[in-house]
Amino acid sequence: MSDIGPPRGAGPLARTEARLAWGLLAPTITAVSLVVILPLLAIFWISVKPVSLSDLRAPEAIVREDLRGKPSVAGDEATLRYRLRNSSPKSEITGVTLTDSWPVGLSIVGDLDPRCTVSDEMLRCDMGDWDGGFRDTLTIPVVTEQAFFDQATDVEASPVKVDGQASFVLTNGDFTFKNFVSVFDGGEFWSVLGVTLFYTIFGTLGAMIMGLFASLLLNHSFRGQGILRGLYLFPYVAPVIAVAFAWILLFDPFSGSANALLIQMGVTEGAINFFGERPLALIMVTLFEIWRYFPLSFLFILARMQSIPTDMYEAADMDGASPFQQFWYLSMPQLLGILSVLFLLRFIWTFNKFDDIFLLTGGNAGTRVLTVNVYEQAFAVSNIGAGAAVAVVIFACLLLFSVFFFKVISKEEGL
Amino acid sequence: MKMLRFGSLTGPLLGALWTFVVAVTVAVAMSFVTGEAFRPSLLWSLLFGGLTGFVLVGRGHMRVVVAAFCVVYFAALSLGIGPVLTGNVSLIARLAAALFLGVGIGWPMVRFLEDLPMGALTRHEFEGAVIMALKGFGYIFFTAIVVIPFYVMVMTSLKNQSQLMQNPLDFSIDLSQGWGLFRSYTELMTEFNFGSYMWTSFYISVLTVLITLAFAIPGAYAVARLRFRGQVAFSRSILLIYMVPMIVLALPIYIGFSMMGLRNSITGIVMIYPVTTIPVALYMLQGYFRGLPAEIEEAGLMDGLSRLQVIWKITLPLSLPALASVSLYVFMIAWNEFLLAFMLLDDPSKFTLTRGIASLNSSEIPRQHLMAGSVIATVPIMALFLGLERFMTKGLTAGSVKG
Repeated sequence: MSDIGPPRGAGPLARTEARLAWGLLAPTITAVSLVVILPLLAIFWISVKPVSLSDLRAPEAIVREDLRGKPSVAGDEATLRYRLRNSSPKSEITGVTLTDSWPVGLSIVGDLDPRCTVSDEMLRCDMGDWDGGFRDTLTIPVVTEQAFFDQATDVEASPVKVDGQASFVLTNGDFTFKNFVSVFDGGEFWSVLGVTLFYTIFGTLGAMIMGLFASLLLNHSFRGQGILRGLYLFPYVAPVIAVAFAWILLFDPFSGSANALLIQMGVTEGAINFFGERPLALIMVTLFEIWRYFPLSFLFILARMQSIPTDMYEAADMDGASPFQQFWYLSMPQLLGILSVLFLLRFIWTFNKFDDIFLLTGGNAGTRVLTVNVYEQAFAVSNIGAGAAVAVVIFACLLLFSVFFFKVISKEEGL
Repeated sequence: MKMLRFGSLTGPLLGALWTFVVAVTVAVAMSFVTGEAFRPSLLWSLLFGGLTGFVLVGRGHMRVVVAAFCVVYFAALSLGIGPVLTGNVSLIARLAAALFLGVGIGWPMVRFLEDLPMGALTRHEFEGAVIMALKGFGYIFFTAIVVIPFYVMVMTSLKNQSQLMQNPLDFSIDLSQGWGLFRSYTELMTEFNFGSYMWTSFYISVLTVLITLAFAIPGAYAVARLRFRGQVAFSRSILLIYMVPMIVLALPIYIGFSMMGLRNSITGIVMIYPVTTIPVALYMLQGYFRGLPAEIEEAGLMDGLSRLQVIWKITLPLSLPALASVSLYVFMIAWNEFLLAFMLLDDPSKFTLTRGIASLNSSEIPRQHLMAGSVIATVPIMALFLGLERFMTKGLTAGSVKG
């Protein structure tokens, strides 16, 4: 009796479908985890490592071999010389061994260095442990035989093989919280966070308000509407590097057109250093952000506006609603959904923005935001660990925002 | 607000504000074009504009008004009074400025005020006039902020260093040079290898588009159509990945590529770029796939096609517009990408266009070269966009706007 009823669990068809779905998704998942998840894990790992830019290369034992004394006939004495060095100034290499094939036509004079042995035409040396910055020279006095000249032996031709264990900072067991301490230490972090928030909030709001205004302008069809719409997309479509440099030239304190214009119109007496003065530079980069991203908001808002049925406005007109009332009581509630999604999306993206400020001011003059700080710490101060720590902080903020984001978007889109 | 709702007040007020806006616009435009001294005057604007507004409320014959204004403003410019003040500028410049002022003030003002009575206004009449004025201001404002940087970019690239230093406002170009005008461009192409950068950027972008589509189409289809556990979580995590800042990833990618020897190689770039675009493409495509009627696909399944055949024979042909817009968007991202190219490429023979422009940013290279490089990078992508703008608008918003 109990086996009568609706089927429970996944049937064979559902299982095939799920298998197909995962199969179709597999390439994406692999690629994304390789390039996104793996680096993210790496960032967490690096953020607790004492690593600087110069540590990125694992320490290596480096050997140069040459023959000194310029032997010209058989019987001349010469010195076979190996110059040895640890490539890293700090890390040690343990258990270094050196092996090289013994050059034809050379025989040893006197005692061989006690660390080395020659057998089967091979030179083997046990060099022990090398400290950071270690340098040494191994010399073997030799005498040449006729065979050396007959075969025109070149001692440098045969490669020298060196082995040794080096501990590499990225893979060893050293951990530190110094990176995070240095990030939060001092007032700098909080001022950077403040600048980031100012930039993000005003950049986002500004771009949205401008976008709303622009879409109100283009929300009715007239001749040239397509051209204007394409034109207004220009800031967003053009490469950031091109428009950033155009802005820099336009607002240059010495030969920028904007300054020349302002002086000519009598607005200012002297030239203004738009991207070099403290509060002004931050305002300028925020304006740039607004300028560059209002087209995106405008596209989204316009698309939503055009999908609002016009009969609502006709009805409102009949009821005597004025144009402002129509906008405020009809359009705005309809647009609220897309505006909130757009706000959160733009907020997160602006928070993450790096290129714009990096190109405009390089983070100087009080415009250093968190993302620029990652670059500054990692490459300018060459403390990769500290840069990674800032990146972890950014990621934490991002997670926080995305919780809000998904709350809103699942209401708006049912995703 | 109610106090203002009289034609005799609204008219002059709008007139004064609009006249000032046009005065500033004309002054800026004339300065940029001729390099001569044009200056808007607030006081004169208020005076002239107030008068204009008062006269035009409720009447005004378009042609007569415009013609009269042109004459008035030419006289004013010559006398050194009026909304735009000039020094000793050439006759042609003065004529042009007067024409712009006459048309720019006369024509819109007649439109704004022609339906207004002198006395009390209804809310509709008042707001209609204000909205028209605001829209006029909006068109001028947005066009100005978009056009000015681009204008400066193009014009700077056509000049030389000493001309630029002499008068930063003088963007008039000397047409008698003929092809010499494009000196910066030929130098970039011959001496700075920009031809090869362009080619590199182009094929990297095309490869990125192809690889992205190859990954994103099946993924998007699976998310949009197939039922499996974790569907919601997956479509959310796509968005989440879309939001991970590039600089956070760039650091470990830089380290990893340094260790694997992929830094400074086109292969490395082609491996990275698609991954940054796959989430966007997947998100956009799945939005579009969801909008396609499932019944057609079911019919295909009933007729004996397999799922993969359905995708190939039914879904893809139906979503060609979406594919076009996604391709365009991905192409744009790859073409404009700067951060990764800047961090990963050091060898001038492998530069992309954006990396090449970054290398021009030094004090030894004259800045018209920098601007010429910027124009070279901007024009192809702009042309592509203006040509396919319709697709773009639809595609960009497809993923996240529902009708």
